[in-house]
Amino acid sequence: MKEKTQVTIEAKNLVKKFGTFAALDGVDLKVDNGELLALLGPSGSGKTTLLRIIAGLDWPDSGEVSFNGEDALAQGARERHVGFVFQHYALFRHMTVFENVAFGLRVQPRAVRKDEATIRARVKELLDLVQLDWLADRYPSQLSGGQRQRIALARALAIEPRILLLDEPFGALDAKVRKELRRWLRSLHHEINVTSIFVTHDQEEALEVANRVVVMDKGRIEQIGSPDDVYETPATAFVHGFIGESIELPVQVDGGVIRLGDQPLQLAAEGLASGASKLFVRRHDMLVGPPGSGAFEGAVQHVRNFGPVLRAEVALSGGETIEIDAPRDKELRAGDTIGLNPRRYRIFAG
Amino acid sequence: MPGFGLTMGLTLSWLSIIILIPLAGLFLKSLELSPEQFWNILSSRRTLNALRVSFGLAFAAACVNLVMGSIIVWALVRYRFPGRRIFDAIVDVPFALPTAVAGVALTALFAEKGWLGAPLAALGIKVAFTPVGIFVAMIFIGIPFVVRTVQPVLQDLDPEIEEAAGSLGASRWQTIIRVILPSLAPALLTGLALAFARAVGEYGSVIFIAGNLPNVSEIAPLLIVIRLSEFRYADATAIAVVMLVVSFVVIFAVNRLQRWAQSRIPAR
Repeated sequence: MKEKTQVTIEAKNLVKKFGTFAALDGVDLKVDNGELLALLGPSGSGKTTLLRIIAGLDWPDSGEVSFNGEDALAQGARERHVGFVFQHYALFRHMTVFENVAFGLRVQPRAVRKDEATIRARVKELLDLVQLDWLADRYPSQLSGGQRQRIALARALAIEPRILLLDEPFGALDAKVRKELRRWLRSLHHEINVTSIFVTHDQEEALEVANRVVVMDKGRIEQIGSPDDVYETPATAFVHGFIGESIELPVQVDGGVIRLGDQPLQLAAEGLASGASKLFVRRHDMLVGPPGSGAFEGAVQHVRNFGPVLRAEVALSGGETIEIDAPRDKELRAGDTIGLNPRRYRIFAG
Repeated sequence: MPGFGLTMGLTLSWLSIIILIPLAGLFLKSLELSPEQFWNILSSRRTLNALRVSFGLAFAAACVNLVMGSIIVWALVRYRFPGRRIFDAIVDVPFALPTAVAGVALTALFAEKGWLGAPLAALGIKVAFTPVGIFVAMIFIGIPFVVRTVQPVLQDLDPEIEEAAGSLGASRWQTIIRVILPSLAPALLTGLALAFARAVGEYGSVIFIAGNLPNVSEIAPLLIVIRLSEFRYADATAIAVVMLVVSFVVIFAVNRLQRWAQSRIPAR
């Protein structure tokens, strides 16, 4: 591949409303050169709207978008030189795979358009890159979902985009193909090294593929950080609940004591504001011990074998029922009374 | 497959009774003529002119409907505007209106003293009782065919492919020519064929506005009626057979064209 001109993207205070619904409610984001960034959030969180605004397919009500400091909002999608990959591929179904990939090269203004031989060579190169050169003469309807998405990616790369944007690229594919393509996308990004943003609602996908993750909810950015950051040190209750399997318990903090219902818990509460709060613990961070050994006490209801872990449903003495993951070598049986101690936990006000 | 014998039998007998036997009767009747007589009827100036008027104007009207119908479909499918449903319903009026009513209405409108006829007459354009009138009537009755054939296909066309084309650098014009039109081509061709076939066979609305001047504004179906009223049945069937054959050839050709276009867009 040729040397790419790289781009930093900056969005400032973006607001976009659809009627009374705020799809984006003041979003600031900076994307560095050559990054592979994930926009992660539930549906309706505004992640796709943000992506479409960066692509020039939508316009914000207010705010700024710049590429390398240049105002991008002054340009339409056509001038921005952005590769966009749609969730449902949006391939041209009356064209062969080859012509689909060649499209961006054929519609270039006459002055800069390459000759036929150059176009053919370039398309061949791209089809090799996505490992589908043998499908050049097929029509999109004759391909599998994973193949279509790779062709859509090759088509977007044909114009040598300054930025690559992918909207739920694997959303319409089945689980196995999705896993393969994730790994493939990461190595492809490593190879071509174009500043890339992809939208997903699948946390595993975001954590596995991206080198930075932006977690969004209700039109706002909740946290920006490396996959480790957002998993290990979630900034808000939403992020903790959305990423990873979490146990969420409503607790009351007053004067350095944390209470679940009316029971005080043996947990440190320094620096916490008094009031109703939420306690978050990862399932696998709840360590099982003998009764009386931990902060919580409960009765095991069910135990299921879940691959590498045992998943147990435990009725806490406070009345709440939680699910925990314990190592397989733990002896857990329905009816056991156990003590539970959170190895790590976080408390958020609210 | 269960039910095959029964449904196949019904299909064949029904199609035979309704379509094939009457058509066969038509051909048999025309066989009463010797080839020479047949040729003389067809090569008479009046017959040739009637066929020319019918087929020529029908084709021109179908082409106008193709262009205007596409624009109407685009507006109805792609935009939301007040009264859209009403306009959508209006498209069907030529389907539903008795053709004679349409003919009378158009004639009144385009007559020299009519609402549209008067200003046009001032410009020196005569519509009623000329071939232009036939053309107008044929456009009127053909428009729903194009709109209703293209509409579902356009609705099915993902707007994302336009966005994709745009982000790949295509201008609006390139997007229309290279992406949208090729995707709609089979439906457009079908609409064209249907509008053409309807216009060729149209009788009711045309005869009121045409003026029916032999050799100028006399359509072939009318000439058939005239020959029948003169008890010249063989003459009538000869003209009918020619219309049938030409229509069949045209429909067949369009069908092939459409198949070819379709084959380039395999179903999703």
